Amino acid sequence: MSARLEARDLACTRGASTLFRGVCLEVGAGEWVAVRGPNGSGKTTLLRCVAGLTRPERGTVLWDGEAIEARRARYHAAILYAGHLAGVKDELDAEENLRGALRLRGVAVPDAAIRAALADVGLERHRRLPARRLSAGQRRRIGLARLLLDPAALWLLDEPLTALDDAGQRLFERLLERHLATGGLALVATHQDLASTPVRSLGMGP
Amino acid sequence: MSAAAARLEARESPGSFGAAFAWALARDVKLALRHPGETLLVIAFFVLVASLFPLAVGADPQLLARIGPGVIWVCALLAAFLSLPALFATDHADGSLEQMALAPHPMSGWVTGKIAAHWLASGLPLTVLAPLLGLQYGLEPEALPALVAALALGTPVLSLLGAACTALTLGARGGGMLLALLALPLFVPVLVFGAGAADAGAMGLSAAPHLSLLAAMLIVAALGVPAAVCAALRIALD
Repeated sequence: MSARLEARDLACTRGASTLFRGVCLEVGAGEWVAVRGPNGSGKTTLLRCVAGLTRPERGTVLWDGEAIEARRARYHAAILYAGHLAGVKDELDAEENLRGALRLRGVAVPDAAIRAALADVGLERHRRLPARRLSAGQRRRIGLARLLLDPAALWLLDEPLTALDDAGQRLFERLLERHLATGGLALVATHQDLASTPVRSLGMGP
Repeated sequence: MSAAAARLEARESPGSFGAAFAWALARDVKLALRHPGETLLVIAFFVLVASLFPLAVGADPQLLARIGPGVIWVCALLAAFLSLPALFATDHADGSLEQMALAPHPMSGWVTGKIAAHWLASGLPLTVLAPLLGLQYGLEPEALPALVAALALGTPVLSLLGAACTALTLGARGGGMLLALLALPLFVPVLVFGAGAADAGAMGLSAAPHLSLLAAMLIVAALGVPAAVCAALRIALD
């Protein structure tokens, strides 16, 4: 995999205030870049720009050297974005949520693998419970199971450690390491220090 | 980790309209079946409001047969409107909408699937129930097929137009009121020709011209609305 994410001179304004300007970043295969900065410094907006959800005021995001708007479907097949909102449906159980999320991304995974992934993230006994009866941390763990099964090359993660306990954080660190070892890329907005050191840290805000 | 092998096996299929449509339709129908309350509420509203008119205007059979088709259409329109605000709002609130927008499928695929599911949970039950209400209003049995055909063609148009308005008001403050102001005027042509078809049927005339116009509206809406919804959702997610 010779995947490469590049952002050139990104700028974004919200209303009258400039969130960031002149942001450049580069992530290569097997690398992860940390996005750091105080609350409100534009970390989430930067991730949304890179994902293609928010249109930046200026600048371009390139995936394998091509602008992401030019080949939207190909780019979106290659990324996994996990924002503040987990995208978990209250009415569906953990297994249905996970299967639905994977199907939506066009990833076909056998049921046994889904159950195994849920067991790996510690949701084995809760997999048939509607998500509304899961705690915030357990809902996050559904997201971890997604990281485990989705073959996306680029992870765009916004505060992935929120609501996770110590064991959950270590699990996430292991998943990230495995992802990088298999040639994956990651852009992670986080306040905490993770076990693996990022290739670069991108400081946001003043 | 035991799931690691499966991860390698998992293949990414290229995005397609059909896959996204089927995914959204199956998911929303499943959600509607999990929570049948919402659909039952729509049906109960439809039946209740339609039953209020005879109490208010009196039980003169001729008068009721005259106003019946129009009343049933207005009630169906309001009942279909009732379930519109939740069409995209719940997915927007829990982050599902972002995930759908980032899927490698054309956005119009799952948008159309969601609209189809909305019709199955609102328009279809109303269409099925309408003949019963028609009998309650003393419509001639010969008038009922036109009423049902008009609803079967008209309620999908209501779901489509309503979806566009819902997408436009997504995230706006006071979205519910705004939605009513936007959507109800757009529903007027459907109401005019829908009630017209039922009326023509009741008077023993051919309902075909009205039904043809409704079918034309449905085709135009089905072709044009999904693109508009996609544009509106992109703005809402920006």
